[in-house]
Amino acid sequence: MSSPIQLQPDETFVLNVGPQHPATHGVLRVKMEMNGEYIVNAETVIGYIHRMHEKMGENKTYPQYLMNLSRMDYLGAMGYSHGHVLVVEKASGIEVPERAEYIRAIMVELNRISSHLFWFGAFVMDLGGFSPLMYALQDREHILDMLEAVTGSRLTYCYFRFGGLYNDVDDEFVDAARRFIPRMRKSLIKYEKLVTGNIIFRKRLEGNALLSKETCRKYGATSAVARGSGINYDVRKNEPYSVYPEFDFDVPVYHEGDSLARYMVRMDEIEQSLRIIEQGLDKLPDGPIMPAKKPKLIKPPAGDYYQAVETARGNFGVRLVSDGTKIPYRLKLRSPTFSNMHLFDETCRGMMIMDALAFMGSLDLVIPEIDR
Amino acid sequence: MIIEKIKLAFQDLFPVAEPEVSAPEEKAEEPEETKTKKKVKTKKPPRLNGVIECNYTVHGYHLDVQVDADQLLDAVSIVDQAEFFIESITGVDWIKEDQIEIVYDFSRYDFDTCRVVIRTRVNRSSPVVPTITDIYAGANWHERETHDFFGIKFDGHPHLIPLLLPEDADFHPLLKDFKA
Repeated sequence: MSSPIQLQPDETFVLNVGPQHPATHGVLRVKMEMNGEYIVNAETVIGYIHRMHEKMGENKTYPQYLMNLSRMDYLGAMGYSHGHVLVVEKASGIEVPERAEYIRAIMVELNRISSHLFWFGAFVMDLGGFSPLMYALQDREHILDMLEAVTGSRLTYCYFRFGGLYNDVDDEFVDAARRFIPRMRKSLIKYEKLVTGNIIFRKRLEGNALLSKETCRKYGATSAVARGSGINYDVRKNEPYSVYPEFDFDVPVYHEGDSLARYMVRMDEIEQSLRIIEQGLDKLPDGPIMPAKKPKLIKPPAGDYYQAVETARGNFGVRLVSDGTKIPYRLKLRSPTFSNMHLFDETCRGMMIMDALAFMGSLDLVIPEIDR
Repeated sequence: MIIEKIKLAFQDLFPVAEPEVSAPEEKAEEPEETKTKKKVKTKKPPRLNGVIECNYTVHGYHLDVQVDADQLLDAVSIVDQAEFFIESITGVDWIKEDQIEIVYDFSRYDFDTCRVVIRTRVNRSSPVVPTITDIYAGANWHERETHDFFGIKFDGHPHLIPLLLPEDADFHPLLKDFKA
């Protein structure tokens, strides 16, 4: 399907995909040099919604910056806030109560499912199937309602605080989450029958955009992109943080390296996230959600700190360089899709344009997160 | 353990054998001291090149390597041969010392966890370092981003044009003396 063909570079034309194109899911532009239906060369142009979050980090105090993190990735914002609060807590030595840690993990996993659901719907829509998006959004709506009741917002959560949480969960949330788990498991069976087993879908993705382990390593790809190429890498397992060591879950790994493998990894991850939520609800301890001695002023000691977390889109890292004042000296945000998108240019050479768009869908792009 | 292996490989980069290596080791204590003392004003001597083994639970990485700009390619080759993946490249503007630090992060896919940070410092007036795109193709965008934000020239980079900033941008917003 995407095997290289004899290209004649003298007969090419340039095609602009984007910046406004439904398949790019945001404002992303790919300058494609085409030979008929085949891509000779591609150059991705990003930065259309660049907001310079890192400079804002150098001008705001630590608590003022909390809300910036959820504006990076609008589908899986919780994971990004988690990375930020973890690095500041690590730097200033703030202890987090156990209950808060468990609630954080439950929230991050719920958000991961909602992100994967939206990706699932949008990905199948990229391939020409519209109705799965509607089913996926229906399930996602349950998660958003649950999160809204607790956090106060549907997408751009500012729920985590240094040392704990903004709001405790109530019985209503716990009941809703417990009801959601069997519902989601039933839906997963539905998706499998509707989409995963569909012969057109499988033929379209099998062998599409093969990624080798070596390419993943050279570009620093993480998340399902790496796990679909046989790399068993998940920050929750490789460098356990928060309460993740307490949970029993697996990291789905597929060795094919094609778009179908990346799809399968994400669908399996939904089930693993459900397992984490289930265990988290069972183990959820009583107690406070903020430390007894609330930190009044966050002033991490001078030094250089790094924290990586596994978000819905992969390995998100925060580097904090503190000079001992209440404003960070430097705050670097390492976004996972930045690296995942980067390998698109090299991989899509010689592919047909519709295959390249299917590949782009399988990368799970969120453009504000690339551009920051 | 990969940490010891990599550490030995890095130490070969710093030829003055024992005394030079042990000097940075003492340096490792220094951040701890500044932590307890709240005095930031006291000028500490600039860090010497070398390898420091860091406390992972405090800093979030295992090895901190500072090299000269012309040793950079050798240092990056070491992590490449040990099958590290590139995580990010960024800079820090130390305006008081008139230097810009370029920071490279590397990590591993397997369970022998080891995070390596490679740093190099250049003068603010002539910020030039060699590109590592020949070793890690994925460094391309990271280097372009660092060029956008700090104005660092990556010598030999194939396509050093603005990535995130507008295509006609001639300013570098993350420099500490940048005024909008």
